[in-house]
Amino acid sequence: MPKNPDIKKVLVIGSGPIVIGQAAEFDYAGTQACRSLKEEGIEVVLLNSNPATIMTDKDIADRVYIEPLTTEVVEQLIIKEKPDSVLPTLGGQAGLNLAMELEEAGVLAKNNVRLIGTTALTIKKAEDREMFKETMEKIGEPVAPSEIVEDVKTGLAVAERIGYPVVLRPAYTLGGSGGGIAENAEQCAEILENGLRLSRVGQVLVERCIAGWKEIEYEVMRDGAGNVITVCNMENIDPVGVHTGDSIVVAPSQTLGDKEYQMLRTSALKIITELGITGGCNVQYALHPESFEYCVIEVNPRVSRSSALASKATGYPIAKVAAKIALGYTLDEIKNAVTKKTYASFEPMLDYVVVKMPRLPFDKFISASHRLGTQMKATGEVMSICTNFEGAVMKAIRSLEQHVDCLLSYDYSGLTDSQLMEKLKDVDDRRIWVIAEALRRGISYEAIHDITKIDIWFIDKLMILVEMEKALKEAGRGLTPELLKEAKRIEFPDNVISRLTGISQEEIKGMRHENGIIAAYKMVDTCAAEFAAETPYYYSCFGSENEADGTSDRKKVLVLGSGPIRIGQGIEFDFCSVHSTWAFEKEGYETIIINNNPETVSTDFDIADKLYFEPLTPEDVESIVDIEKPDGAVVQFGGQTAIKLTEALMKMGVPILGTAAEDVDAAEDRELFDEILEKCGIPRPKGRTVFTAEEAKQAAAELGYPVLVRPSYVLGGQGMQIAISDEDIDEFIGIINQIAQEHPILVDKYIMGKEIEVDAICDGTDILIPGIMEHIERTGIHSGDSISVYPAQSLTESNKKTIVEYTKLLAQALHVKGMINIQFIVDGESVYIIEVNPRSSRTVPYISKVTGIPIVPLATQIICGHTIRELGYTPGLQKEADYFAIKMPVFSFEKIRGADVSLGPEMKSTGECLGIAKTFNEALYKAFQGAGIKLPKYKNMIITVRDSDKEEMVEIASRFRALGYRIFCTNGTARYFYEHGLVTIPVRKIEQESPNILDLILGHEIDLVIDIPAQGAERSHDGFIIRRNAVETGVTVLTAVDTARALVTSMENRAKELTLIDIATI
Amino acid sequence: MKAFLILEDGTVFEGVSIGSKREIISEIVFNTSMTGYLEVLTDPSYAGQAVVMTYPLIGNYGICLEDMESKQAWPDGYIVRELSRIPSNFRSGDTIQHFLEQQDIPGISGIDTRALTKILREKGTMNGMITTVEYGDLTDVLKRIREYSVTGVVLKTTTKEPYVLPGEGKKVALLDYGAKRNIARSLNERGCQVTVYPADTPAETVLASKPDGIMLSNGPGDPAENVEIIREVKKLYDSEVPIFAICLGHQLMALATGGKTYKLKYGHRGGNHPVKDLETGRVYISSQNHGYAVDMDSLDPKVAVEAFVNVNDGTNEGLKYVGKNIFTVQYHPEACPGPQDSGYLFDRFIRMMEGK
Repeated sequence: MPKNPDIKKVLVIGSGPIVIGQAAEFDYAGTQACRSLKEEGIEVVLLNSNPATIMTDKDIADRVYIEPLTTEVVEQLIIKEKPDSVLPTLGGQAGLNLAMELEEAGVLAKNNVRLIGTTALTIKKAEDREMFKETMEKIGEPVAPSEIVEDVKTGLAVAERIGYPVVLRPAYTLGGSGGGIAENAEQCAEILENGLRLSRVGQVLVERCIAGWKEIEYEVMRDGAGNVITVCNMENIDPVGVHTGDSIVVAPSQTLGDKEYQMLRTSALKIITELGITGGCNVQYALHPESFEYCVIEVNPRVSRSSALASKATGYPIAKVAAKIALGYTLDEIKNAVTKKTYASFEPMLDYVVVKMPRLPFDKFISASHRLGTQMKATGEVMSICTNFEGAVMKAIRSLEQHVDCLLSYDYSGLTDSQLMEKLKDVDDRRIWVIAEALRRGISYEAIHDITKIDIWFIDKLMILVEMEKALKEAGRGLTPELLKEAKRIEFPDNVISRLTGISQEEIKGMRHENGIIAAYKMVDTCAAEFAAETPYYYSCFGSENEADGTSDRKKVLVLGSGPIRIGQGIEFDFCSVHSTWAFEKEGYETIIINNNPETVSTDFDIADKLYFEPLTPEDVESIVDIEKPDGAVVQFGGQTAIKLTEALMKMGVPILGTAAEDVDAAEDRELFDEILEKCGIPRPKGRTVFTAEEAKQAAAELGYPVLVRPSYVLGGQGMQIAISDEDIDEFIGIINQIAQEHPILVDKYIMGKEIEVDAICDGTDILIPGIMEHIERTGIHSGDSISVYPAQSLTESNKKTIVEYTKLLAQALHVKGMINIQFIVDGESVYIIEVNPRSSRTVPYISKVTGIPIVPLATQIICGHTIRELGYTPGLQKEADYFAIKMPVFSFEKIRGADVSLGPEMKSTGECLGIAKTFNEALYKAFQGAGIKLPKYKNMIITVRDSDKEEMVEIASRFRALGYRIFCTNGTARYFYEHGLVTIPVRKIEQESPNILDLILGHEIDLVIDIPAQGAERSHDGFIIRRNAVETGVTVLTAVDTARALVTSMENRAKELTLIDIATI
Repeated sequence: MKAFLILEDGTVFEGVSIGSKREIISEIVFNTSMTGYLEVLTDPSYAGQAVVMTYPLIGNYGICLEDMESKQAWPDGYIVRELSRIPSNFRSGDTIQHFLEQQDIPGISGIDTRALTKILREKGTMNGMITTVEYGDLTDVLKRIREYSVTGVVLKTTTKEPYVLPGEGKKVALLDYGAKRNIARSLNERGCQVTVYPADTPAETVLASKPDGIMLSNGPGDPAENVEIIREVKKLYDSEVPIFAICLGHQLMALATGGKTYKLKYGHRGGNHPVKDLETGRVYISSQNHGYAVDMDSLDPKVAVEAFVNVNDGTNEGLKYVGKNIFTVQYHPEACPGPQDSGYLFDRFIRMMEGK
């Protein structure tokens, strides 16, 4: 069936800010689909509130709107742009929900716009619990016995009938928000109450608990003619009970025979056919481990995290094909982009094993529970490919970038056997390490399986790794080439072999090369070598023939990616890596990307000339360097992951393109950097470098409290805290030392002031500053968690001059070639430097888009030897844009039980959205809307505030009062407000009898909690409980005075109608 | 113990011996299925060949004996990258290591199966030897390897005696040229009474039993070699009994009606091949295992027309015989291993027998 000629202009809806459960995979899918649509001559209108995405680039779509994802905005956009079709299946659950709302509101019909890629009926059949169940029953596909309930009482009765444990799943929520397993009535009531509120339609499914069954997923596709195929199946190593996003997943399935495999495949194809999906779909199954009994867990009628993983695991571009199907093509008309010989109507065959591991944020949320369940907690993931399962696991572990490189990385040797058996019951992120310890002690596979329900096939594979540890330890200096060969076959890195044998890493490398034990690269070709493929997408393995050809007639550049998405290093670095790759290509380079994140655009096989899907460790990179012999590597676009590889690359003899390695080091090394500042005459908050708590306390005494304490060489302010007393320092340094620390600890004087951020490009002589950004929150809150405003609002001309001057001096002193990011504190006329990063930053995508200056391509051209002037730009601070652009952080606190919500120097946000408008107020309003803060609802709020902020809070509270808010306060705050002329309603504290403040929050009539906690150890536990309960009941919580002021300003100025701005025209 | 795979072009792979220690010479072919190794091992169509599994991990779910597609394993040899050291599946009754030994199938593991597959893809299917002997001079060995050809395999694999799978429905005569069990099972499950005949049964005997329909099975080897069988198939063609044929059966029917077959460069073996039904335009993912194909140009369009085509390479995948109740497919609607998407063809055959 050829393309439908009626489709000419398509609105693509993106997924909005990155939150847990909805990450970069939708940028990957959306970008791929937009390119696929443009290839067909379709005019693409894009809507996404997330400015850090690649899909919101004018290269990707024809019209780009970075606006809040609300029905009002979409309706306005439809009227303005008049698309003939809307493609909603690429924007995750957010996009799909929005499409449903539009359909229900009649907006689409009224404007003669059709949904393509799916229909409202399909979405309902898949997403509405009742209809889904009916549909499955109709085609004879089993689902776990269950019932939908809309109130707690019925829910409890149903649970009683089905029998505990039961699983509770709220309808229409992301990543299983608000769901969980209840073992008894009490837990059931608690989860139900929460889930009912979080569900968009107030429904929760109560279901038979199938925890412990095998969890299997199928990615299937269907075209308009009814042709169906399976792209891939996947097996979760963690059985049912752990969200698939938090599970270790292997593709293809390993423990299913052809009978089971085909049974579920046939079922998945039946389901996609019955649902009438045109495009991709994900079906999740629970399979009884001791029989052929199975049930369908859920169906996602759209591209998903799993489909991104399946695409990367197989080389089959699901989103691209889905977009073509939406236009009317059939599978047998679409070329297989990898082989370029076969068609999309085939099923990929793998001749390797793929392992995905989740990247969990517990390093950021020290207080949070590590327990994994049906609610997803991972912020990102890594994928690895190898010809054996053990090797794939080892590669995935070292890709995580959380100080782990093998199964010995977490030490449980101190536990007694009975403690260890008890520990095995914990379903958490470290379970495979606990299993490894159990195996070391000779605990049987069966005993481990009985507790964990993990298939013994996987346990045996972990045992092979444990046996290798032992063999290497026993061999010691007597390591033979045979044993080394076997260790490398299962991907033991040299550093681990070195630790186990006591032989130096250099010697091991020498021994490897002498014996020809070197990494070979195999191609991911979708067809297990049956057809010759043209797409150079590689993975490494040992003991095989190498397929990667390093020869080239062009100069070659290595672009290092940024690894898994985690708090502090998000999608923005993928944006930078991809743009840099494209710019290098334009400069005539052959481009090579190394990355390990399956969710990203950078790991799409047609972004760079070559893609190596590999861990980003020195050894893994060196093996690629040995084959490719690149002319240079660029590290400034891949975040801290790439920067950390600088030294290793230099040792390999790979020139670092752009800013030299010594200068990168100078910016990161405290002493060297202080020297530079001194030479330039630039002030910074006074500080010291220390190694122990004692030294830190002494430093603090000299500097005077409050002080900032943080480890050096970290991301996103990890481990950074404001200390106001010696006790705080003891506590913080204790925490820092829990995480492996090879670097010193920094203690700085804390200065309260305006925080300013600048991204600049330097060509060695001149600098170009696209714009100055100002944070709404004062210093003390991590820049990634602050609301950032462009152009800066409250700076004096002289402030700006100083900032430009300092930026220039620093860039020159550090011999920056390419990007630099600087954070300043402005206190009156004084400007201090707080941080310099000689690399691209989080704000680059956003500032590029709102100023229209292609920062990454420019920086890349400069790295290639061009100058700012030559490229047609006038050096210095560029003219301010005609727009106000406000970047708003977005948090995922409700997903992480036990995480403290209050903001501080350590970054906690998972994503961001943008508000862009002609006026400041409208931009601010849009930004809050985009972040999902839609007020007022009940016009009730709670304010609890520390003494030092009470004065400022009076004014803010009065403004909320003027908007009609009833304000509840604890006695102290209420009295203070009363004394200052503001009447509020006093409410009892948590420890007092009911009804108290907690009952008020749990009563669900509160819109907003403003809770400003005291600094340091004075921080009360009450505040923590209030904030957690508020977040978990879906209430907006603000923990900074400045954020509260911004919110009330935005509410006072809420616009009746928003002005939509096409970013592509800036 | 070390083992070697020596290809007729002189390439030598060194690995570890699995299964029997016998030395064999065979035709080396690759299969891309990710599951179903036991079904592959027990598919009689592999008689005379040694199979390379492109999926690297084999034996993970052990040996589930009821999944055997015939009474024994047929390939001359078995070539894998890695055998799982433990099996894990609730139905598993054996390990693959033991199964290979018990079936006396020699094999080799620990080799770069992808590199081997690429050689077969580039140079075409070729002969090879699996041995535990470390030969110094290969001249004589290579000569022996090159001399090998797959012959006489249909009669080797077919049932020696006819037997019946009782059923209440249509009576089907199944000619076993090396049939996979699931062909008879698929018919039997649909109510048919299936009488399985040896490959060399005269057409008269078959027709004398007055079957409602005749099923020609899959089987091994070069179809053109079966001159006598083809003669009998022609007689079946001339009868008015509805016929459905799979794989070798499909090729034999084409040969019987004046068509020609040719050897594909490296065949189709796996579970992911797209075939297009030319009547409806629908594409189905199929299970395949064949080294030969019917040459469409050789067929008289007045006798047979193309019904199915391979989407990847355009080769013939099925025929419809003009003015006859006969249709034949090159691929495997009985699956096992592989996709079950084409099971509807058995229903079509039953409707044909019912005269609908």
